[in-house]
Amino acid sequence: MATAEPIGVLTGAHFVDGDHACSEGAIAAGCRFVAGYPITPSTEVVERVAERFPFVGGVFVQMEDEIASSIAIQGAVWAGKKAMTVTSGPGFSLMMEHIGLAAMTEAPCVFVDVQRAGPSTGLPTMPAQGDMMQARWGSHGDYGIIALSPNSPQECFDLTIKAFNLSEQYRVPVLFMMDECVGHMIERVVIPAAEDIDIVERRTFTGPKEEYRPFQPDADLVPKMVKAGEGYHLHVTGLTHDEKGYPNMTVGTQARLVRRLVDKIRVNADAIVDYREEGVEDADVVVVTYGISSRTAIPAIEQARKEGLKIGHLRLVVVWPFPEKRIRELASRVKAFVVPELNFGQIALEVERCAGGEARVECVPHAGGTVHNPRDIYQSIRNCAKGS
Amino acid sequence: MAESATAKKVKGTVVIVAERCKGCGFCAEFCPTDALELSSQYNAKGYHPPVLARKDDCTGCDICGMVCPDFAIYGFIRKKGKGN
Amino acid sequence: MATEEQLFALDEGVPANPVEELLRMDRIPHIWCPGCGIGTTVNCFVRALQTSGTDLTKVAVVSGIGCTGRVAGYINLDSFHTTHGRAIPFATGLKLANPELKVIVYSGDGDLTAIGGNHFIHAARRNMDLTVILVNNMIYGMTGGQVAPTTPLTATASTMPHGNYEQTFNLPFLAESCGAVYVARWTAYHVRHLTKSIKEAMAKKGFSFIEILAPCPTLYSRRNKLGDGLEQMVYFKDYSEIRHGADTKSVALDFQGKIVVGKFVDKERPTYQQAMYDHFAKKLGDRYVPSEEMRKVFHGPDGN
Repeated sequence: MATAEPIGVLTGAHFVDGDHACSEGAIAAGCRFVAGYPITPSTEVVERVAERFPFVGGVFVQMEDEIASSIAIQGAVWAGKKAMTVTSGPGFSLMMEHIGLAAMTEAPCVFVDVQRAGPSTGLPTMPAQGDMMQARWGSHGDYGIIALSPNSPQECFDLTIKAFNLSEQYRVPVLFMMDECVGHMIERVVIPAAEDIDIVERRTFTGPKEEYRPFQPDADLVPKMVKAGEGYHLHVTGLTHDEKGYPNMTVGTQARLVRRLVDKIRVNADAIVDYREEGVEDADVVVVTYGISSRTAIPAIEQARKEGLKIGHLRLVVVWPFPEKRIRELASRVKAFVVPELNFGQIALEVERCAGGEARVECVPHAGGTVHNPRDIYQSIRNCAKGS
Repeated sequence: MAESATAKKVKGTVVIVAERCKGCGFCAEFCPTDALELSSQYNAKGYHPPVLARKDDCTGCDICGMVCPDFAIYGFIRKKGKGN
Repeated sequence: MATEEQLFALDEGVPANPVEELLRMDRIPHIWCPGCGIGTTVNCFVRALQTSGTDLTKVAVVSGIGCTGRVAGYINLDSFHTTHGRAIPFATGLKLANPELKVIVYSGDGDLTAIGGNHFIHAARRNMDLTVILVNNMIYGMTGGQVAPTTPLTATASTMPHGNYEQTFNLPFLAESCGAVYVARWTAYHVRHLTKSIKEAMAKKGFSFIEILAPCPTLYSRRNKLGDGLEQMVYFKDYSEIRHGADTKSVALDFQGKIVVGKFVDKERPTYQQAMYDHFAKKLGDRYVPSEEMRKVFHGPDGN
């Protein structure tokens, strides 16, 4: 595995917000192309990129809208760059078609969504977690993606690097699902030395032109890439295509291609899923959280434990693919799951699906605009633990 | 006099890939010397491909080649002194 | 070289057409209808490439969606068939990431000026170094003949069954107003002019734009009782007037009216990327670290 290019790495301790930490994570990860359009509360990410890129060999462009931004990055990817776009709710909605394009053409890139309360213009400056299902299913058709959810500025740095690495490893768009709280929260962020940052480089093909099949997968279902200008005369299309990359609109080709796009995430899910557990071994109730809700849940969990209740905490770091196996295992021995989220039950539905009726699942809903009152989460935990 | 007239007259010809032709007629219509016309024969797709009806009139200007939407014809100038 | 008999034979086995080297012959015949003009424009484009002296390894073709959107799929170079209307922003990313590439956007009127209109405007404003070849068949062909921003007033379309009452875009005027440095219009009939114009546009630094009128016999001509593709080509021939340097305000198109063709704009203006490079080099001096590709292509004010 390669390590980060020192030029982009601001080694040391910083006091920055999650948006800025995300920018630094991207630069450390080797991202050298960013296209974006201003939208609260994500704008600080591109502002910092615009400030920093001239010093690290990067190109930033503020496009005319989010649609343009989300495809400009894919042009840059096919020119060999690691690339990212950054937005929030309304802009994320506009980007959906190009998440599908990136999935279909297997263009590795990162979409950052600093979630704010919706629907529509909603509460532009206030947090929510209402885009989680949109991240998974927002573009039309069926495909696989990866989504991560940081809960601190430090994670905004660390997980942005991970997002780039995963996108390269699996050639998928990776959705970086921040929220306004995490984006604007200022904390200590420690950036390690460049040689301590692992980087996944693009999987490239270097053989003769005649042998190159742009969409012929390796054993792990991921094909190798070339870039424009190398003489391979590659063709890339959003149409259903064969291994040569040529449009081939038959039922058989559609089945082979889409199955692989879904399977390359599904069969590699064990390697991709990432969650943090605490106190689940003997728990009666497990609180499943992600992003900012993982932090509002902590006082509630602590309060319940003080009262002698056995409460575990499972925090999703990678939200998609979902840790189905782990939830299933836990469902067979815990009484209940409590899922606090800043929406009316998105990940809670996924937990319910995996629990398969073996354990009770209770969502602690919230319309967004602020975070949960820990009291509400505590109440739900208590109800579940006591079976009321 | 006769010699210079011969030298002036450019001898060209065309290559036709009849099976690619969709019979639009652009080549015959826009041939500057009216050397082409559409054949009465059909190709496999049922179109009338062009034929070089007046071989001596072809200058090899390749207007037919440029105007053809189906890459089914092109013209070129024959080299002097070659039998073919 | 084949014998005379072979040359004139109506069967296979004759020498290859010289344009074939730049076409994906394993995908020919193409999908375009008999009498459609898109293939003619491709023919001219390929000839322009072959005689331009450009390093073809560094040429990339980007298309959107629609009939003309299929061009990228037939060109045997790096080629990208993107989403509807978004060829220009994709091309922008490609070009910004690697300025060594010669990026050609090749798409239709609906794709580039309706759904993609905003990107067209801004790429021209920024003087993004792209060559935009727009095939204008005055209709949405792929979806079945709906009205386009380029459909002439009074012409009928499947969504304008009683005749079009929407104002029509004058594309050369639009392009010039937004800042394009090269603007030309030709028709599929003007093959020699068009080929030369494509070469000029490709040699130009900045946003170059060529509008090519082309027949759509199946969905435009037939519905409007204008005959077949050939009849539309004859109309182009008979009603075109070459007026280089014409004021683009004066070149709007009417239903079956006069067509002003020619090179209307040819001027100089710094490209987006040149401006970016020069600005950072001046402002940040030695601290500016351009990408490797940028460094290769651009030279700062002091020639570094």
